[in-house]
Amino acid sequence: MIIGVMIVFILTILLGGWHYLSWEFLTSPPEQGMTAGGIFPAIAGTVFLVLLMSLAGVPVGTITAIYLSEYANRNSIFTKMIRFAVNTLAGVPAIVFGLFGVGFFIQFIGGGMDHLLSGGGQMVWRQGNILWASLTMALLTLPVVIVSVEEALRSVPPEYREASLALGATKFQTVLKIVLPNAYTGILTGTILAVGRGAGEVAPILFTGAAYYLPQIPSSLSDQFMHLGYHLYIMSTQSPDVEATLGIQYATAFVLLVLTFLLNFSAIILRYRLRARVQ
Amino acid sequence: MNTTKIITKDLDLYYGEKQALHNINLDIPSYKVTALIGPSGCGKSTFLRTLNRMNDLIDNVKITGTVVIDGINIYDKGVDVVELRKKIGMIFQKSNPFPKSIYDNVAYGPRINDIHDKKTLDQIVEESLKKSALWDEVKDDLKKSGLSLSGGQQQRLCIARALAVQPDILLMDEPASALDPIATAKIEELIYELKENYTIVIVTHNMQQAARVSDYTAFFYLGQLIEYDETKRIFTTPKEKQTEDYVTGRFG
Repeated sequence: MIIGVMIVFILTILLGGWHYLSWEFLTSPPEQGMTAGGIFPAIAGTVFLVLLMSLAGVPVGTITAIYLSEYANRNSIFTKMIRFAVNTLAGVPAIVFGLFGVGFFIQFIGGGMDHLLSGGGQMVWRQGNILWASLTMALLTLPVVIVSVEEALRSVPPEYREASLALGATKFQTVLKIVLPNAYTGILTGTILAVGRGAGEVAPILFTGAAYYLPQIPSSLSDQFMHLGYHLYIMSTQSPDVEATLGIQYATAFVLLVLTFLLNFSAIILRYRLRARVQ
Repeated sequence: MNTTKIITKDLDLYYGEKQALHNINLDIPSYKVTALIGPSGCGKSTFLRTLNRMNDLIDNVKITGTVVIDGINIYDKGVDVVELRKKIGMIFQKSNPFPKSIYDNVAYGPRINDIHDKKTLDQIVEESLKKSALWDEVKDDLKKSGLSLSGGQQQRLCIARALAVQPDILLMDEPASALDPIATAKIEELIYELKENYTIVIVTHNMQQAARVSDYTAFFYLGQLIEYDETKRIFTTPKEKQTEDYVTGRFG
């Protein structure tokens, strides 16, 4: 049943968009009010977004997971608070993250930066850009990273830790030399899952930096950017001629799907390998 | 010759509310093998792990009393647990080589102590593997994974890894319980050789093994030290009825 739905789903998209798919489609910007041309800036924007997002989110998530799995006292109130926060974060709707991004990153931090840098005269940071969008997205994907990295750390047998500590290694040396090297596939899996999620989500970047139409790719952190998912949303609701963009929409949806499928699929393979090694 | 290495005094240990060790007073002599025997759950492994403070890793453990090693109470506030554990090697029930090469397994301890000189490391690895009677079997493929060895070899690799840190004391927690008789015999032979240079405390389920390898034997029951004496006395003329019942196989 589910497989059937998926096949119909993919076939519909593919049939609608396949004759628009071409090398040129992937490498040129949209033209003529998005009724022609390609989606290159959206692909590039998506890639930049997830790169920046991973750069910001994965280290924080990994360190949190290390703390939770290796250092935290399981029963302390502080640990329970962190766990509660992570779980809550995972349940917050994406659009709320978007609003938070506007309130916190753009207004508060961006506004503060503008104030410090130019006395508030010039508005550089107090507006949506790829940095704020990435940070917002990093927050959204943080629970994914934390949970999968923690799982990876827990799959490292406790005997290894004991052996290392009994040899007179400090806890930090044990984490660095024994636990992390044995958990790296899991950390990678977490990263990929987060990237997959980040590539597909639109709501958090709606207000924090995604651009309606921007033929250049972003060149600085304060630039806006195009994004595959957002582009799709624009074409289907905001375009002057929705009918004319239909084929392009299908093709864009297909590219986005392939991208997230590939990411998720590689995460599954990595995870499978990790499990196989542990058993 | 008969100097005392480890002295425990009024040692109590609690897991939360539950008391697991009751008032243990035990003097462990240098360069001898001391065996800890007793039925499962009697506290012998717990006791062993108090000697290098491995119980610190478990939440909710409370320890009172003293464990004096070389004149220092290891539960004093100023004691550096990391330094302490370098002096005390530990071999676990389940052999636990790291998923690294044989060489890297043995070199792990020296490396965390900032020994990175290739020649020195080579020498330590060779010496340690020789002391653990594994050298001849693995000298040609030190790059092979430690996990590719047989169970008995893995356990000897773990011993070599412990020896590489140059401890004075070796704690062994049922080191041969998962091994076949031939591998067990090799480990026992090794223990006999090692006691020349190390003080060894071994937990064992196997009474014959205790009788074969140890000089002294302590019998634990329900968290209490019931009897402690020279091994031959424990096995021939024990003072306590419970000890006699256990070593003759009437319970446990």
